[in-house]
Amino acid sequence: MRITVETALQHGLTADEYARIEAALQRTPTIEELGVFSVMWSEHCSYKSSRAYLRGLPTSGPRVLQGPGENAGALDVGDGLAVVFKIESHNHPSFVEPFQGAATGVGGILRDIFTMGARPIANLNSLRFGGIAHPRTAYLVGGVVGGIGHYGNCIGVATVGGEVAFDPGYDHNILVNAFTLGVVGSDRIFRARAEGVGNPVMYVGSKTGKDGIHGASLLASAEFDADSESKRPTVQVGDPFTEKLLLEACLALMSPAYSDHLVGIQDMGAAGLTSSSVEMAGRGGSGIDLDLSRVPLREQGMTPYDILLSESQERMLLVVHKGSEDVVRELFAKWDLDAAVIGHVTDTGRLRATWEGRQVVDMPIAPLTDGAPVYHRPAVEPSADDGAKLVLRELAEPRDYNQILLQLLESPNLCSREWVYRQYDTYVGGNTVVRPGSDAAVVRLDGTQKAVAMTLDCNSRLCLLDPYVGTVSAVAEAARNLAASGAEPIGVTNCLNFGSPEKPEVMWQFQQAIAGLRDACVAFGTPVVSGNVSFYNETEGRSIPPTPVIGMVGLLEDVGQHVTQWFKGEGDAIVLLGRNREELGGSEYLAVVHHQVRGTLPWIDLDIERRLIRSVLHATREGLLRSAHDVSEGGLAVALAECCITSESGPHLGAHIDELEGGIRADALLFGESHGRIIVSVRRRNLTRLREIARREDVVMTTIGEVRGHRLEINDLVDLPVTTIRERWRGALQRALAGSPGE
Amino acid sequence: MRWGVITFPGSNDDVQAAYVLEHLLGESVVRLWHKDTALDGLDCVVLPGGFSYGDYLRCGAMARFSPIMRAVSEFAAAGRVVIGICNGFQILCEAGLLPGALVRNRDLAFICGRAHVRVEDAETMFTNRCRRGDVLDIPIKHGEGCYVADDATIRSLEAQRQIVLRYADAEGRVTQEANPNGSCSGIAGIRNARGNVFGMMPHPEHACERLVGGEDGRKFFLSVIAAGGMVSDPIASKVVSGP
Amino acid sequence: MGWLARVYVTPKQGVLDPQGKAVQQSLHALGYPEVGEVRIGKFIELQLAEVSRESAQTRVTEMCNRLLANGVIEDFRFTIDPES
Repeated sequence: MRITVETALQHGLTADEYARIEAALQRTPTIEELGVFSVMWSEHCSYKSSRAYLRGLPTSGPRVLQGPGENAGALDVGDGLAVVFKIESHNHPSFVEPFQGAATGVGGILRDIFTMGARPIANLNSLRFGGIAHPRTAYLVGGVVGGIGHYGNCIGVATVGGEVAFDPGYDHNILVNAFTLGVVGSDRIFRARAEGVGNPVMYVGSKTGKDGIHGASLLASAEFDADSESKRPTVQVGDPFTEKLLLEACLALMSPAYSDHLVGIQDMGAAGLTSSSVEMAGRGGSGIDLDLSRVPLREQGMTPYDILLSESQERMLLVVHKGSEDVVRELFAKWDLDAAVIGHVTDTGRLRATWEGRQVVDMPIAPLTDGAPVYHRPAVEPSADDGAKLVLRELAEPRDYNQILLQLLESPNLCSREWVYRQYDTYVGGNTVVRPGSDAAVVRLDGTQKAVAMTLDCNSRLCLLDPYVGTVSAVAEAARNLAASGAEPIGVTNCLNFGSPEKPEVMWQFQQAIAGLRDACVAFGTPVVSGNVSFYNETEGRSIPPTPVIGMVGLLEDVGQHVTQWFKGEGDAIVLLGRNREELGGSEYLAVVHHQVRGTLPWIDLDIERRLIRSVLHATREGLLRSAHDVSEGGLAVALAECCITSESGPHLGAHIDELEGGIRADALLFGESHGRIIVSVRRRNLTRLREIARREDVVMTTIGEVRGHRLEINDLVDLPVTTIRERWRGALQRALAGSPGE
Repeated sequence: MRWGVITFPGSNDDVQAAYVLEHLLGESVVRLWHKDTALDGLDCVVLPGGFSYGDYLRCGAMARFSPIMRAVSEFAAAGRVVIGICNGFQILCEAGLLPGALVRNRDLAFICGRAHVRVEDAETMFTNRCRRGDVLDIPIKHGEGCYVADDATIRSLEAQRQIVLRYADAEGRVTQEANPNGSCSGIAGIRNARGNVFGMMPHPEHACERLVGGEDGRKFFLSVIAAGGMVSDPIASKVVSGP
Repeated sequence: MGWLARVYVTPKQGVLDPQGKAVQQSLHALGYPEVGEVRIGKFIELQLAEVSRESAQTRVTEMCNRLLANGVIEDFRFTIDPES
């Protein structure tokens, strides 16, 4: 086959990039080499449009054992342990085939974690679907939730939290972001390096088929169009059972009994064998020779091109010490897995591959990794839209706040997620302390007094109105969610979902979001240790709302001090920490009740957030808090309702709120989404102590009422039986999904 | 007592079962691999939850042919104690050590949550630390937990007091609403006629600590320990034939 | 030349088939009121090495009884044809 610039264009490369390839090789590439370049230089693998910006993020800190650049980030949590975590997108595959797309997304992120020697203990996921009434939404939700459950349940890792949001901006491009956290001895973290000339390269796991060829380069790096349905055959199928075997076998290989045999290990994710061998050699400063004829194949008629680019799931690449091959083979045989030697490490700095004795690839590695293109794409702020202004006095105040509260609580973005998480095994592993349904998930660290808390947050409506403030708000909300659960925020991972980087206004959104992420993470002292950028989330020229999903991890030194959001005892005082402001811009209330997405975003002050979090954590450590709940989407009234109804097994206690003042409009008081607020409940006798703590941190504290009876009463505005609220809120998602037509 | 906990390829709750028995209850535990062939010196064997062989074909269908299952059958035939939890229950049914089968949940989806189960018989070696009618709060997590058997089998289970647990509401009423998966007759757990083999869909091993899942699950393990691994039920011990 | 066995495993009459019921409802909703009962089972293809047809017959029956179908809830039938 004659390779020309046209072939390169068909591979999604540009003419300029093709010229760089010819220059790097000093000849015309073979078809296999062109394939390797196209996947390694795809947006998904090379981060060519984002790399320049990501360098500005804070990535270091006293706990950081591994920052960005490896399969996942790692933080020291003391007691000789580290937590390893990352979030990754699987958006396009999940839109094309929701069940398998979401399932393999979970499988991929799990491999990123156990590749580093960590045992995965928790999965979370952030899901964004189109409008709930869109004809495809119910089908996509069912498929994605089913796929996540299928994979996580079967492999035996608890799915403990996350978020689900609906917005017509995702009608044609849903987001499926999967997060996994694992635990490993802090001195036993493995890295993906190919070192030691002559050391064998081994392939373990499932056989290679034609599935997923060009998944990363085409599906994840180009926008969607009407043909996307026809791309279905390239979507991979997940096999969680094989991954479970692979997980156990790999962790056994990395255990002290076997780890002396192992040099480096890397999963074959996007761009499969190609990217795993290139990245391992790149990090090790070495080279790799592969004999593709020795790769275990599932199908007949596969070409070396197919083998290099296949994205078949559940495969790992190992570099082991020379002479250790048999030990490794035996270990994998115990788990009924094949292990094959397919090449060896060299010092050539090149990737070379043969097929049936013929050389098909012989290329330098540097241009594939550090030498990949870096683009400084133009970024332009979209012109101000006067229609986005919100004039409060033109907004009619509702008369019946009971109805408005119920309407909000059964709206798709605020109603109970029980229908979703009921399909996930939240118990497996035996350490889940706080299951989905509170501010953050809390999972105990085996063999210690400690626990980690985890949350995923993003409000894409805010990010659409102002990507900088929206991103700062997402980080702040994540930090508040952790603090309200009793955990100190210690680190961040992120999944930046955006439209096409080739559009200046999308690039501007991206820039702004990165700046917000940087500023907020610096303020909270939470380094960004891993992450993922997903561009080209658009269909037929329309970009999704900017969606920088923040995954934040917190630490509880004493698991016994964890806090949940629901009220615990009759007579407890209900306290609001923070200040109410007359802010309705970008709120759920404005969207659901007034059908408007506009306004200036609520004001946010990172110093206030920090002091609020410090005071809540201080009160937690003194054991003062009976419950704590961040005030976010839906505002104070929704947050108070949640405190009454979200306990799984009850009792569902009411609240009598009669000292709520603000001097602001009633709708802004009840439903405004001002930042910097947490509702806590405490025993009466602890009020004085709490006030001292709040005063020391200069946090506004108001005792607004008490836990009482079985009704939620807020001033003279709201008065509803808790059972009514709970019923409306609890079954709303299932009712809404059943009401939309489906496929 | 000496307990064995079997790990099949795809078992997930094996670690938890062993942890509960060893660390919370102070029992002696031997971890068994599905390719092992002997159960010498053990008093009780646990087949744990999970997805043995990925639940491919049918839940438990392939695990029942694991080498260790021959030893488990002999162990049961010798009157020793065998407990199957969730996937373990499915394996015991597939192996014919318990009657009936477990099929897809009524609503077709995997369900994870808390379930209330009513103790139907407190004179078994698995429930002697409970009282008849006690309502226990135990997690469930399964996609194929709907117990089915033909009418004759159900009648025989009733007659021989083999139904140990039924799904109920918090007040102990056995209703359709309280039945999470559509199981025949609300069945959540059964034993064999001889009284030494027990299967249940809920997960007692995930309800042994106040901090994670509550403590109601301890009662099952403590009952077996109290019985010393011996069949004590006079009615059941008279019946010696078949499952 | 070997044989190709096609095995059909179906839920036993009288055993509730919630999947079949759901599919039936969906088909009705999609405008196919003529659809009566729907039963969902499994289709399994087995490639068999060269043996006599009788032996293949006997052994596939055995495979079904032992592993491929659960007699408590499922029925099975199969065809055996020369492999093309």
